[in-house]
Amino acid sequence: MVLGLGSAKHGTGHWWAQRVTAAALIPLGLWFAISLLGLPVADYSAVRSWLAQPLNSTLMILLIVSVLHHSQLGVQVVVEDYVHDDSLKFMTLTVSRLLHVALAVAAIYALISIALGSAT
Amino acid sequence: MAQFILPPNSRVEKGKTFRAENGTANIRRFLVYRYDPDGDENPRLDTYELDMNDCGPMVLDALIKIKNEIDPTLTFRRSCREGICGSCAMNIAGVNTLACTYANEDIKGDIKVYPLPHMPIVKDLVPDLSNFYAQYASIKPWLQTRTPAPPDRERLQSKADQEKIDSPSACILCACCSTSCPSYWWNSEKFLGPAVLLAAFRWLVDTRDEATGERLDDLEDSFKLYRCHTIMNCTNACPKDLNPARAIAETKKMLIARRH
Repeated sequence: MVLGLGSAKHGTGHWWAQRVTAAALIPLGLWFAISLLGLPVADYSAVRSWLAQPLNSTLMILLIVSVLHHSQLGVQVVVEDYVHDDSLKFMTLTVSRLLHVALAVAAIYALISIALGSAT
Repeated sequence: MAQFILPPNSRVEKGKTFRAENGTANIRRFLVYRYDPDGDENPRLDTYELDMNDCGPMVLDALIKIKNEIDPTLTFRRSCREGICGSCAMNIAGVNTLACTYANEDIKGDIKVYPLPHMPIVKDLVPDLSNFYAQYASIKPWLQTRTPAPPDRERLQSKADQEKIDSPSACILCACCSTSCPSYWWNSEKFLGPAVLLAAFRWLVDTRDEATGERLDDLEDSFKLYRCHTIMNCTNACPKDLNPARAIAETKKMLIARRH
């Protein structure tokens, strides 16, 4: 019972990635918050043209990747803590992971469209 | 899912009251958790009124007085009565601690005494620590070496090397820390818990031990080690003023260090 299936030899990467993404989110989050304060957020075309600038697009993609990666790692921890039914746990973890990837792809695609000017 | 509400047969009911004799001047009330898993009754909280002018200073003194003079059916573990055996670990006034080193006068109002939280109960204040001890055994708490010992003497240690293990080897395995840890409550069958991880750390930093790599291999697991979310109840609870949270953080740092 105590020995279970043995050590997974896994977990350090997850733990470290959670810290690294958290650290990345400090400057990225600050940049995003400060930028929003200086933007006319009600003006669609102004925000679009701000986002289309290369530096802003790049930082925005980094922010999205960090937020969603951090969120996926965090949700995984919560599920592992509290969901004790094995099949429900595996299903929740898989769905959460796929949703996070899908959100990241959709957000990055939208940003590239804006940056390259193809979206209307 | 983790359970947040006690099942109906575990809810604590009001129990009996044992009043002090009329005219007793210095009375304090002890509310003590009572449970016998062999019977059909729910756990209950019995009330004992004690004459503090005729009672020792510690909570354990009061429990022994109750057992000797009022209610011999009260069951609890105790041995050394000086904080070195770890037997009388229980939840007193809401904190996990040792009954023998916790003074009655440091508690305001009624003194509530429960067993260590979230453990199966053998009877009253006696928790079943089988899983806890099995987890301790699983980390191989003994010196492992590959090189032969010097033929003419022990494996000597420098003073500085000994100081590294002074604090973690002062653990008395009372389980106050592990049973105060929410992560251990929810996942005690898989998460090793602070006491066992502190013990594992004691061997990781022992300069005579030659199985550090294997020990880290065994700990590298999202449940055994990484259920620790640095809540630090363990360090708060430790009646020996040890720091399991720090030992766990150092273990995580060792696992990072060997990757880079």
